[in-house]
Amino acid sequence: MSTQPTIFSPELAARFDKLVTLYPVKRSALVPMLLYAQDEVGYCSDTVIAEIAARIGITELEVRNVISYYSLLRTKPVGIYHVQVCTNISCMLRGANQVFDHCKKSLGIENKGVTPDGLFSLEEVECIGACSWAPAAQVNYDYHENLTPESVDKVLADYRAKSGAGK
Amino acid sequence: MAFLTTHPDCVPVVSYRFGKGATSIDKYIELEGYQSARKALELGPDGIIAEMKASNLRGRGGAGFPTGMKWSFVPKQSAKPKYVLVNGDESEPGTCKDRLIFEHDPHSVIEGVIIGGLAIQAKMGFIYLRGEYRYLLKIMERAVEEAYAKGFLGKNIFGSGIDFDIVTQTGAGAYEVGEESALMESLEGKRGVPRIRPPFPAVVGLYGGPTIINNAETIATVPHIFRIGAADYAKIGTERNGGTRLFCLSGHLERPGVYELPMGYNLKKMIYEVGGGIPNGKKLKAVVPGGSSTPVLLPEEIDIGMDFDQVGKAGSMLGSGGVVVLDETVCIVEFALRTMKFYQHESCGWCIPCREGTDWLKKSLTRLHAGGAVDKDIDNIRYLAENMMGRTFCPLGDAAAMPTIGFVKKFRKEFEDHLEGRGCPYHHAREQEAALV
Repeated sequence: MSTQPTIFSPELAARFDKLVTLYPVKRSALVPMLLYAQDEVGYCSDTVIAEIAARIGITELEVRNVISYYSLLRTKPVGIYHVQVCTNISCMLRGANQVFDHCKKSLGIENKGVTPDGLFSLEEVECIGACSWAPAAQVNYDYHENLTPESVDKVLADYRAKSGAGK
Repeated sequence: MAFLTTHPDCVPVVSYRFGKGATSIDKYIELEGYQSARKALELGPDGIIAEMKASNLRGRGGAGFPTGMKWSFVPKQSAKPKYVLVNGDESEPGTCKDRLIFEHDPHSVIEGVIIGGLAIQAKMGFIYLRGEYRYLLKIMERAVEEAYAKGFLGKNIFGSGIDFDIVTQTGAGAYEVGEESALMESLEGKRGVPRIRPPFPAVVGLYGGPTIINNAETIATVPHIFRIGAADYAKIGTERNGGTRLFCLSGHLERPGVYELPMGYNLKKMIYEVGGGIPNGKKLKAVVPGGSSTPVLLPEEIDIGMDFDQVGKAGSMLGSGGVVVLDETVCIVEFALRTMKFYQHESCGWCIPCREGTDWLKKSLTRLHAGGAVDKDIDNIRYLAENMMGRTFCPLGDAAAMPTIGFVKKFRKEFEDHLEGRGCPYHHAREQEAALV
């Protein structure tokens, strides 16, 4: 497969070549492949779906059927920093709704929105496993815990600075 | 980084190596690591299962099924390969304990899988983490690589002539995949839709082969049982409830955190002493004792030991170990609604009672909370929930129905206070308070 044309970086293509050999059946690699492809490309685009379907030997429809089941897999781009605020019970009890509302105001977007510059997107999510350190949010895969409206502003500012925006 | 919180009553068994740098295999070995797998090799399958039964370890995922018993159901002879599966798809709201195990002691999970594999004579194990735990996958992958490099995984493990492989992966966001058969579907690269049982996984599981699937905390406990001995492990807990448990205290507490306490530890003490009580001089209103799916307990019902049997007797469940504490400012209808919003979102839609039931319950609770409901609606909510019980493919339907029934039964008055245009009294109170400020 590595000699075939690929839309992925050589490292990711090599990783995929190995991944499909780890399991008793190739298809078991599907969910991890979609995640890693999404990390590199930004979302599960048509070309991502086509190549992964070909690598595993299933139809594109079967791949789409799986994508639609999992909340972390998406077929549309999000911001460079995808802010996912948990509002489930433990977080709600400790002010998650205020944190989420504050994020909406600070970023000027609604739930599942993307800022015009493409830097941030916002999503209200279900429990992320940070209940004892609530309220919590994930930005991409990084955890931010014991949040307050003030501390979440600092989190957002740090990411903005990291991106080099607003200089 | 997430950390364990300690209290003088804590008993470190699973957390014995937390915060000691045991993510590195050399440190893990220095702290008695991989000795248990060697002991298990000497004991052989029957000896391992006998130890597991003697430990009184019960599944830490929520159901509390005796682990040794579960392992003994796997047939000795099988035409198809057998598998060991670790359920690290921790996603029951209120639960954040497995995260600490993967973060601080990844090798204990690997060693537990090896012992499970030896017990049922499997050649392969899978460690499945929830998709949100990507940083933990990196820790687990590194640990697995280290174990291969030392010859503890791969061909001829520990020079025993036995081969054993482990694959780690994450899911991609789905509570339902925490259900054992849905997790197997997900591992096979499909939608996480549950399978009908019987046959149970011990007979027909992953790829159709006999499979043991255990919660991450259960598996991580296994090497500790062989480290301290099954009899001593059993002694820590209560009758038929061996050992310790990682309890996740959250909500309205002075000191929320994950604490390792003996099974059977008193819930009231857990809230007022370990967790430091309710902040800001507020009163306790209710406790959800074992994750969002477990029926609520009233303040007068919490003087109980936290083990599977005692919490069961009190009309709830020990569940996943997630103790969620609510103070008097919480609107129970709003809390019930947020809980149902979760189950409605996570229902896989495969079977009708769950798919439709959670959706109607969410709609009914939304209307009730907004003040648009009539008296009959309260009975309908309870009736609908009661009719979901036991009628779904997998326990998600029950998980949504059980807490709802509990809320209506124990807080009927509060539901009634929302009726006929009155809306949420707590919202009104908060608005008035805000206006005064």
